[in-house]
Amino acid sequence: MDAVQVVQGRAVPLNRSDVDTDQIIPSDWLKRVERTGFEKGLFSEWRDDTSFVLNQEEYIGANILLGGPNFGTGSSREHAVWAIQQYGFAAVVSSRFGPIFKNNCTKNGLVPVEIDQETVAALMRAVEDDPDLEITIDVARRSIEAPAVDISAHFELSASVIERFLEGLDDIGITMRSTDSIDSYESNRPPWKPVTK
Amino acid sequence: MGKTLSQKVWEQHVVRTGGGQPDLLYIDLHLIHEVTSPQAFDGLRITKRPVRRPDLTISTEDHNIPTKDIHLPIEDPVSLKQVQTLRDNCKEFDIRLFSMGDPNNGIVHVVGPELGLTQPGMTVVCGDSHTSTHGAFGAIAFGIGTSEVEHVLATQTLPQPAQETMSITVNGELPEGSTAKDVVLAILGKVGTGGGIGAIAEFRGPVIEALSMEGRMTVCNMAIEFGAKAGLIAPDQTTFDYLKGRPHAPAGDDWDTAVAAWTELNTDDDAVFDREVVLDGSTIKPHVSWGTNPGQVIEVGAQIPSPSDFADPADQDAAQRALEYMGFEAGTPTNEIKVDTVFIGSCTNSRIEDLRAAAAVVKGHKVKDGMRTLVVPGSGLVKAQAIEEGLDQIFLEAGFDWREPGCSMCLAMNPDKLAVGERCASTSNRNFEGRQGRGGRTHLVSPEVAAATAIMGTFATPADLEA
Repeated sequence: MDAVQVVQGRAVPLNRSDVDTDQIIPSDWLKRVERTGFEKGLFSEWRDDTSFVLNQEEYIGANILLGGPNFGTGSSREHAVWAIQQYGFAAVVSSRFGPIFKNNCTKNGLVPVEIDQETVAALMRAVEDDPDLEITIDVARRSIEAPAVDISAHFELSASVIERFLEGLDDIGITMRSTDSIDSYESNRPPWKPVTK
Repeated sequence: MGKTLSQKVWEQHVVRTGGGQPDLLYIDLHLIHEVTSPQAFDGLRITKRPVRRPDLTISTEDHNIPTKDIHLPIEDPVSLKQVQTLRDNCKEFDIRLFSMGDPNNGIVHVVGPELGLTQPGMTVVCGDSHTSTHGAFGAIAFGIGTSEVEHVLATQTLPQPAQETMSITVNGELPEGSTAKDVVLAILGKVGTGGGIGAIAEFRGPVIEALSMEGRMTVCNMAIEFGAKAGLIAPDQTTFDYLKGRPHAPAGDDWDTAVAAWTELNTDDDAVFDREVVLDGSTIKPHVSWGTNPGQVIEVGAQIPSPSDFADPADQDAAQRALEYMGFEAGTPTNEIKVDTVFIGSCTNSRIEDLRAAAAVVKGHKVKDGMRTLVVPGSGLVKAQAIEEGLDQIFLEAGFDWREPGCSMCLAMNPDKLAVGERCASTSNRNFEGRQGRGGRTHLVSPEVAAATAIMGTFATPADLEA
């Protein structure tokens, strides 16, 4: 994945709770075997509605997605992360993420910013008032800030995830450094454990 | 202090720990299907990495495949390409595959257990969130994304951050007519869609212990719906009886060795869970979901709630949106809601016991005029068993459509879809907007309630048929 240190820009307020991965990218899009081209499927069942927030002119070009609580619950489809990223977002903000979605974010360099609901709501209001509000997310400092409205918050991200974000590291490559440990574990597995062949 | 079941299974799989990195866990079984694997295999080709353990990997076609006329080529060219891609990848990387029409083909979470591949104390992963199903055997089983699918293919391991432990105890005894599905819907109603985030949940207590393996799989299947990393149940005699003699279960002396090891897999009396939830099973009645997330549930016969029934503003807002999407007036009783379609199937409720339960309700009745009905067995083996028991004839005589195995209308990736506004009583696991087809309206129920609803035309329990 590409390295990400800081995400700076404008945000879109998607002010509803429980936006599950079926809403982020409907299952019709999952039939594709390619890794790109999912931006057209992002929220596709809502985008016909001209009043949908992504269609509003003042939010076009924003690179931070503000979501309600329980964002990305449901299916394991990594396509949801690909769609958000390929549409142009570099970070997603919510008070609570679906766990598989959040994990998938970290594998692709989409920054999952998990902060308390009060701060998310304050950011939503601020962005609704001023769509040009500038927001800065700093991965190393684990901070999100909108100085113009005096909002600032800290979010959790493990040291190992931060390291991979900052350096754009390949997870598999890191694990392969432990091949000796895997070999050794494998040689001690009980022989009665099942095989598929 | 003692350890919980999930801590014991976790510790048995740690390949590497410490060093500021999450634990690296060994994966005993990797299940693959056509939807979440193509980009992972592409990744292996690009990096020239082989599959480390094809013999711990198994594959099936399930999400896309049609449930009728399966002797014909798949009509949708995009689905066909995805299924063909899986066949090509399994051939190239030497992975055993159960293709459409193979007697062992079926939904990935039905196939693993029925072949005896899912066993207590294992780690099981799949690029599918309902992998939690396999926790019914006392395994740590969880859904992963495509990047992680590639990681497991390449290394047979996954780095995993530590999880909290959660116990969900269901005390007492279920009332007559209530099922495993009602238990898990009641749990969802209590903890909500986020209640398990960051934790591995262990289901415990007399109600859980009394469930069959099929019932336990139904409960664990929906652990992801409340956000748990995994859900599991301690193995016991019910587990061992289910496994014994299955094709991949240990045999001979290995069986005794395995059972001795499995018997150790339970939570110590002095273990302390990070979170505890307790339900009284004797109060759990048949449930139905009314909204667009699986935490929005009520008892069959109750009234559709109003947004003002909820305290949290986010819940009020979600309820308002759900009422609009579902086309409801608050206060409508469920037995006045006309249902268009009944779907019996999915990795939650398509096993032989589910079909037996639905058939027992249906027997001697006819489906309501104009009702669309589908019974989709979870696998070729379930289908064959059902035919042997004559269940197919019971469904057909009542007017049900009897189909070939697959995921089908649970997520509408194949031709089985709801139309805009079509209302469905479904034994599946997700009532999200558009889940069963754009604009479709899904209500989650047990096989028994689905069957009774097919006959009555409105939401009903088997008891209502006798009334």
